[in-house]
Amino acid sequence: MFAVICALQFPLVHTGRPWLAYWLLPLPNANGIWVNFRSPLLWDVFAVSTYGTVSFLFWYTGLLPDLATVRDRARHGLRRALYGILSLGWTGSNRAWSHYEKAYLLFAGLSTPLVLSVHSVVSFDFATSVIPGWHTTIFPPYFVAGAIFSGFAMVATLIVIMRKFFRLEHVVTEDHLDVMNRIVIATSLMVGYAYATEVFIAWYSGAAYERYAFLNRAFGPYAWAYWTMVVCNVVVPQLLWLRRVRRSVLLLYPIVILINVGMWFERFVIVVTSLHRDYLPSSWDMFSPTWVDVSLFAGSVGLFLTLMLLFVRFLPAVSLAETKAILPGSQPPARRAGGGHV
Amino acid sequence: MSEGRTLAGVVGLCDDAESLLCAAEAVRAAGYREWDCHTPYPVHGLDQAMGLKNSPIPAICLSAGFAGVGAALLMQWWMSAVDYPVRIGGKPLFSWPAFVPIAFELFVLFSALAIVCSVLVFCRLGRWHSPLHDSDVMRLVTSDRFAVVLCSKDRLFAEREAAALLARAGCGEVRPLYEHEEEDGSLI
Repeated sequence: MFAVICALQFPLVHTGRPWLAYWLLPLPNANGIWVNFRSPLLWDVFAVSTYGTVSFLFWYTGLLPDLATVRDRARHGLRRALYGILSLGWTGSNRAWSHYEKAYLLFAGLSTPLVLSVHSVVSFDFATSVIPGWHTTIFPPYFVAGAIFSGFAMVATLIVIMRKFFRLEHVVTEDHLDVMNRIVIATSLMVGYAYATEVFIAWYSGAAYERYAFLNRAFGPYAWAYWTMVVCNVVVPQLLWLRRVRRSVLLLYPIVILINVGMWFERFVIVVTSLHRDYLPSSWDMFSPTWVDVSLFAGSVGLFLTLMLLFVRFLPAVSLAETKAILPGSQPPARRAGGGHV
Repeated sequence: MSEGRTLAGVVGLCDDAESLLCAAEAVRAAGYREWDCHTPYPVHGLDQAMGLKNSPIPAICLSAGFAGVGAALLMQWWMSAVDYPVRIGGKPLFSWPAFVPIAFELFVLFSALAIVCSVLVFCRLGRWHSPLHDSDVMRLVTSDRFAVVLCSKDRLFAEREAAALLARAGCGEVRPLYEHEEEDGSLI
């Protein structure tokens, strides 16, 4: 969710006149015109705003019981009042739990296709354009796999530090790291497969511009970026096949850091190498970031880390109620057949 | 003991989920209606023990989702085929495949908003004060104890009988719950 907040800045800056960003929405206006619903850019407006809203609601709903716990443990009056207000008066009533658990399950169910849709829609922004290297049908699944891949790598990057600092090794165990790394390796293979397919189709399609775009990626002036991406995203994660690497913080940490770097380079390769040489050689150029580009990037990293640190400082980072519910001995033994609880 | 304060109910405290389940079954069997269990986390099987019905939230969520699809299609049809028709690439004005992504997004958005509103209503959130909130019991049940609360509004309620029922049902500790109980000294 913090990443969504950071990410939202960029389209806002990109509108050129951010104070007119509301023009993106289908609002009645004096000109009597409407936004173009056939444009993926508009789909993106809906996808990203829905994603942001639903992520926030899911996150806040999940925090409610824990906010109540924090409220009742707070010693300071102001803290108690603030957490009290935020917890919306949660009492741990089972009549509430009964509805709450259904609601939470539904939220999880809604969020899964939402993740697929938001990344597919973002990829449509590229795929429906005519730029060689962007105009491909593989983009939606490729972006979804890339998002899960980089998402898990980023979560691993953060959780490894958090479990160390907050001594959560008994809560976020090596088993958890292990299964996360299994997902990383699976999605790494998907991403690698997508890279290979792109290259194959560029050759197989016989489209000259497409073929040139990929030759230029791999052997042109930005070959270093392309091969950094391939090495970080496809080659390095192969080390995670080894059980020892998956379970060792020291061994897996450099790998997940490299994946973060690799995924940044993936965006760079997609955006820059396709644009710097398109149809007309007269418009060819090299990309050199301005100080504004660099500071926007640095600013987004700073914003993300600030929000993240504020979150772990003031709110429970690991769900208290969920952890309690799965502790050994926390649930009554099943007494009759079918007495289970969904 | 009551010092002229109004009794809001009787609280029975249990130390583990299993005794809570037994207590809940006993209270239900005794015919109480205005009562509840308070737990630090969802306890498996407690819904059946209390005889709770299935939550209507999934049905509400699904209906809201389809309302979202309807709203999205209606909006896109009216805006791009009726109010401001623009023919693009010779395609029909209502070229529905282009309208699917937004219909899906609004399905999710409407369902999510419906879930949150239902949670606020059905979980009775937004009530920051109750006899339970003002008592010490709240602090126990959001930490690691389990409580059965028999409300004085119930037609079967009588303080002695209720307390005896909870004690018989296996609650280790039974306390009276008053309206506007004094706050304890720990609040700085």
